[in-house]
Amino acid sequence: MAEPMRIRATMAGDVADVKVLMNHPMETGQRKDAKTGQLVPAHYITEVTASINGAAVLNAGLSGGVSRNPYLGFKVKGPKKGDKVVVNWVDNKGDKNTAEATIG
Amino acid sequence: MNALRRNVLKGATGAGAVAVAVAAGLLKPTQVMAAAPRSAFEAKNVGDALKGMGVSAPADSKDITIKAPDIAENGAVVPVEVTSGIAGTTAIAIIAEKNATPLVADFNLMGGAEGFVSTRIKMGQTALIRAVVTAGGKTYTAAKEVKVTIGGCGG
Repeated sequence: MAEPMRIRATMAGDVADVKVLMNHPMETGQRKDAKTGQLVPAHYITEVTASINGAAVLNAGLSGGVSRNPYLGFKVKGPKKGDKVVVNWVDNKGDKNTAEATIG
Repeated sequence: MNALRRNVLKGATGAGAVAVAVAAGLLKPTQVMAAAPRSAFEAKNVGDALKGMGVSAPADSKDITIKAPDIAENGAVVPVEVTSGIAGTTAIAIIAEKNATPLVADFNLMGGAEGFVSTRIKMGQTALIRAVVTAGGKTYTAAKEVKVTIGGCGG
């Protein structure tokens, strides 16, 4: 199982401000290992989905061009304090992770 | 598949709250509205990436704001924030034009999500960061140049 991911969600007026920090090496497959000179195999998150109270709000496709330990911020109009945010990701090796947080 | 079933069953019969949560995550059905096809992410130039996304000749728009540093000292971590003031924005894609694979990320927004995304990307060299916004079936674009002193790809 992959490392945990962190979510912070806060209401600003009627808009929920959601910040997600995922834990992932995001190897592009183009970087060489400094010691062996071999290419480091590609290993990056390909898909991120987010939902609030079970309703999808975001579906993102990613490439290795996203920085290591990806940060993602988005805003959603309508939710209330106490609503539940769930974020899932899947990487190119089929690993997956999920986390949830309550909007505060 | 059987291993998955077994884990799920184990979780459900009280192996602990964590196991249950994991099982719930694994069982979550894939959401509708797929992002751009993977081929678009593997495209080696901006034209092919746009073609892969099914976008042709997006219109320049002043309603798209790209917030990124003018000079990025470290190309491995370049904060990028895109705000679309276009009503009915349903997707925002971020492209680093001179990266080996320019399409960095494509965000589909729904269910009340605003025309805003914030993330951190890698840049191989000084280039334009381009945002491609889809709203009401049309595509719009804007770009901002970021100077990179140390590249964040390859090496």
